[in-house]
Amino acid sequence: MFELEFMRNAYVAGTLIAILSGVMGVFVIARNMSFLSHTLSEIGFAGASFGIFMGWSPLNGMLLFTTISSILVGELSSQVESRRESVISAISGLFIGLGILFLALAQTNSSYATNILFGSVIGISQQNVNQMILLSSLVLVVILLIFRDLKADSFDPIGARVNKVHSSLMSILFLVMLAFSVSVAAQIVGSLLIFILLTLPAASSKYFAHTVFKMTGLAIVFALTGVWLGLYLGYLTNWPVTFFISTIEVIIYAIALFYNSLRNRSE
Amino acid sequence: MQSSLIKIENLSLSFPDHHVLNNLSLDIKKGEFLAVIGENGVGKTTLVRILLKQLRPSSGKIIMPDDLRIGYVPQFRNIDVDYPLSVRDFVSLSFTGFKFPWLSKTEKKRLNEVISEVKLNNIEKRPLGLASGGEKQKAYLASALVKHPQLLILDESTASWDPKTKHELLDVVVDINKKFSVTILFVSHDLKLVSEYPDHYLWLQKGNYESGKISDLPRDVKEGINV
Repeated sequence: MFELEFMRNAYVAGTLIAILSGVMGVFVIARNMSFLSHTLSEIGFAGASFGIFMGWSPLNGMLLFTTISSILVGELSSQVESRRESVISAISGLFIGLGILFLALAQTNSSYATNILFGSVIGISQQNVNQMILLSSLVLVVILLIFRDLKADSFDPIGARVNKVHSSLMSILFLVMLAFSVSVAAQIVGSLLIFILLTLPAASSKYFAHTVFKMTGLAIVFALTGVWLGLYLGYLTNWPVTFFISTIEVIIYAIALFYNSLRNRSE
Repeated sequence: MQSSLIKIENLSLSFPDHHVLNNLSLDIKKGEFLAVIGENGVGKTTLVRILLKQLRPSSGKIIMPDDLRIGYVPQFRNIDVDYPLSVRDFVSLSFTGFKFPWLSKTEKKRLNEVISEVKLNNIEKRPLGLASGGEKQKAYLASALVKHPQLLILDESTASWDPKTKHELLDVVVDINKKFSVTILFVSHDLKLVSEYPDHYLWLQKGNYESGKISDLPRDVKEGINV
């Protein structure tokens, strides 16, 4: 398997994405942003088709669209928390519409669109891998720098305010980093299912681990399990990798919920 | 006589349809244990939010040191049964700032101190979501104490405690108040506790207020006319 260059690239890229999603996912879950990360992945698709239309690389189009839309969501919903879901729906509707428009205008064949939506292991070149290393390192460094305040703001917003954490700065920085992560990860699992890696491993980890560090570690392990095993099963069967990755993550989540209900019953 | 920590001068706050605080002046001394009482809607929480600089008064001012360290135990926090962090990790969230993600030796030492001060040692590893109401309140108190506050604000925080927890917690608070001269602002409806623990009171009423030593608090108030 590893004699094939694209499989080697896929494993390197997949590993990066798993680490990134594990780290980001813990905050996505704590901040209740599953829906936003789903939406950002759809917007990533729109951005990619815009990129193709403009003759750029799809990644640049994705970065542009996801960054703008996440800042919009942050700004429009920062005052009224309960407005967030509707704002996200509106923005995602607008961007998906644009995505379909640009795809039609770009006149590329539809396989390009399905590649963006569902991911493509074969499509990952060495250059893609380099871009991904660069972007994921950027995201991880930023998260490391703001780690304490982001943690406080995500897990205890009321206490964070008393401790003078700059909540809106944390929110915008996090949203932009989330946009970057979605764009990076969309290339391998596809924009449609990136939210799986950004939510389920972290959502599962919180039933087994009770510190932010341990949750992050475990979320990375769960994400890596899905990605590595999914790539291998995809290689064996020739079925879509995304199918395997999402199924594995859903199974892990189901086990976590089951474990939790058993534990609660025994207490 | 202790020196003054916070001076409130002619403080008023009105919302478009009503006044909540009207010309309030008060001197809060260092090391004072002040009870803030009054009916719902007279401005107890509003006063707290002005002290925390989350609200601006319509007129008047509060004079206090710019770098005053405030610990705050709020009325309500959004912790549901799925909340994952352990009591210990939750308390450690108070170590904020642009520093290494992990705690330094001094910070770990402080964390241990606070956890034993508030008597959380036996449940420090338990997920906060699964802790009882009283245990949660202890964790909130610990988290407010982490940064050595000079002013500790307890906002209605006894509401959900059982009588045993109330006394346990307030004993800790009194201890901190005496040992480190931490000023306490205790917003409460529980008049029994108010006559037992604090040394001064501020009784907010609609458009008016009274303040003084707890021993001067009118007897009918102490005996539980619903304040």
